[in-house]
Amino acid sequence: MAVAFDEMKGTDGEIRPAYSELANWLNGVRPDVLEYRRKEAELLFRRIGITFAVYGEADAQERLIPFDVIPRILSALEWETLSKGLEQRVKAINAYLRDIYGRREILKAGIVPEDLVFQNPVFRPEMNGQKVPHDVYVHIAGIDIVRVDADTFYVLEDNARTPSGVSYMLENREIMMRLFPELFSRHSVAPVENYPDELLATLKSLAPDSAPGDPNVVLLTPGVYNSAYYEHSFLADKLGIDLVEGRDLFVKAGIVYMRTTQGPKRVDVIYRRVDDDYLDPLMFRPDSALGVAGIMSAYQAGNVTLSNAVGTGIADDKAIYSYMPEILKFYLGEEPILKNVPTWRCREPEHLAYVLDHLEELVVKEVHGSGGYGMLIGPMADKAQVAAFRAKLKLDPKGFIAQPTLALSTCPTCVEAGVAPRHVDLRPFVLTGRDRIRIVPGGLTRVAMKEGSLVVNSSQGGGTKDTWVLGK
Amino acid sequence: MLSRTADNLYWLARYVERAEYLARILEATQRLTAMPLAYVGETNEWESAVATAGCAAAFFATHDEANEETVTDFLAFSTENPSSIRNCFEVARANARAVRTALTMEMWEAINTAWLELKRFGNQPASREEIARFLRWVQESSLRFDGSAYRTMLRNDAYWFSRVGVYMERADNTARILDVKYHLLLPADEHVGGPLDYYQWAGILRSVSALTAYHWVYRESLKPWLIADLLILNEQMPRSLASCYENLVQNLDRIAGNYGRQGPAQRQARAIRGRLQNSRMEEIFQTGLHEFIGAFVDDNNRLGSALTQQYLA
Repeated sequence: MAVAFDEMKGTDGEIRPAYSELANWLNGVRPDVLEYRRKEAELLFRRIGITFAVYGEADAQERLIPFDVIPRILSALEWETLSKGLEQRVKAINAYLRDIYGRREILKAGIVPEDLVFQNPVFRPEMNGQKVPHDVYVHIAGIDIVRVDADTFYVLEDNARTPSGVSYMLENREIMMRLFPELFSRHSVAPVENYPDELLATLKSLAPDSAPGDPNVVLLTPGVYNSAYYEHSFLADKLGIDLVEGRDLFVKAGIVYMRTTQGPKRVDVIYRRVDDDYLDPLMFRPDSALGVAGIMSAYQAGNVTLSNAVGTGIADDKAIYSYMPEILKFYLGEEPILKNVPTWRCREPEHLAYVLDHLEELVVKEVHGSGGYGMLIGPMADKAQVAAFRAKLKLDPKGFIAQPTLALSTCPTCVEAGVAPRHVDLRPFVLTGRDRIRIVPGGLTRVAMKEGSLVVNSSQGGGTKDTWVLGK
Repeated sequence: MLSRTADNLYWLARYVERAEYLARILEATQRLTAMPLAYVGETNEWESAVATAGCAAAFFATHDEANEETVTDFLAFSTENPSSIRNCFEVARANARAVRTALTMEMWEAINTAWLELKRFGNQPASREEIARFLRWVQESSLRFDGSAYRTMLRNDAYWFSRVGVYMERADNTARILDVKYHLLLPADEHVGGPLDYYQWAGILRSVSALTAYHWVYRESLKPWLIADLLILNEQMPRSLASCYENLVQNLDRIAGNYGRQGPAQRQARAIRGRLQNSRMEEIFQTGLHEFIGAFVDDNNRLGSALTQQYLA
């Protein structure tokens, strides 16, 4: 594994321009001040109640995600490239979904294997030939980006279902501005606080044509026990829309209504944070208590917009991921601005042979896993773990992909021993409305707090940082 | 607004109010039982406290004896008693979390901080002093929550539903004290009650934080019929049934005005307020204080169901 690229010091130790002010400041700041601010931030998070739940841990009902007070900084130029690449990527994703649930030209052209689509549990046959409002499928995408050197950003994952984390992007900024006003006055940091307005404008632009001029937009949450519940209530609050649960909605004659103190009220756009599977017990999982019976019939009748559309999982599935560069070229006729991480598809015999030979140096992921669960990080695993994984992989090669262990870039981070480099990734949020694509400059930076660790997922002890995009 | 949101706001307010009421009952009981027997007689005040809290049946299902330790634990800290102070805060916070968007930051912080503090108090504190501190803290938390609501909420249906919750719970609590203690308030035939009753009366007033108010209103030593008057008919007294209903009618009317429609809840609240306004203490004693209170409790419950049907379900 190569030496990681440090976003402040590069590989040669020289401070990179975007970080020059911050490096000065870090040199001058007393360690106890940093520690004091860190504690203050934690107190603020705790008081505001910004918590998340980890599944499968009895006592961890509400935990804080560790917050690092040292910002991660991107230059205007870096962001320009990134945002162009993101826009291009999301355009391709939407074109692909339109095609998959429509004419299927990409399958006919043999670019994506048919079985990867049709035998994929996230493919929704119910959506075949189904028109969605304004032909947009993915309205809110969270594209995970990693960086390996000064010029190379890779897309690690496309999150096109119900991506979360944007509340941290917003709250991290608020807290940083409270804690370090002097640092902001020494930088020109592009704001992110307009995200809720951009999101609302996006959602409203996607209302069905039959909706009134000012459509009724709601946010559908699985409820207080969901790990991202804080984010759902936070966003509903910032957007000024009702936060509804399945039991608050009902469908009558193909129209979705919510139960209010003044009787039923029609709903036009649903920003749903409930997975496809749980959306409608009449169409998907019959045991779902989180959904709304009949909501799919209202959707298919074109009377309500679901955001994101149903069936978008077939775009961000890990098995599809490796085809994304070809997909992008197929629809847009352009070279991808943001590259994919080189990926071996274990479903292909030569790829599998290579992966089996190089398990110790690769990261192997379950095609349908998420959140950092069920993966093997070769260089970190011991012999027994590798052997166990090898057996799993041979049993079901189709279920896995493999990638080189990337030397993710690092950023200066507060740790017990002071300030030290830690690996980071970035999740910017891309909004696609009827009219245009909106991206606020920045995103959620996740940081692996443990030395050497590459796993940034909050469920695995990762933390977050504020992400600064500097003005030109 | 969403019916579920209104329902959550309503119950959130009720649970915070209930926690405060329980704290005041425990405080008043602690005070009474700290006195020499010669002053208060051989009654079991702890049993009476459980009854006033409305959980006698639940308590005696799992306990044999009502004493300071068992009752304090049951009313304040027990996780089994759904209406213990601890559970009131738990449920209040769960409700607050479910409707965070309808609360102001100040209200959320008041309830969330109280909940976090409660975790720090842990299980039942060891000494009487610690318990006393705990009970004061509960009342302060409720004041902070109530004050935040009053000072920061928009004056819209969310606010009104939360006020309706406060006054429903308050009316219910005052009625329950009267229901348990009514025998102490019956006018004596010959002489006014001796020192035994005197401290009991003071205890009743304390549990609705009205001891000072009594003196200001009546400028007299404690007289049972005046205490009954203060708690039932006196509109100046914030915890009297009359005052609670005055406020219920007002807040329900605001909701109706805002929605452009009156309903069964408004009509019932007005009818109950009318009955209170047209009553005189002498008549109430003549027809029977206990019967009067019993009828009121039924009325109050009926209003609760009407409210739920009309707005919250």
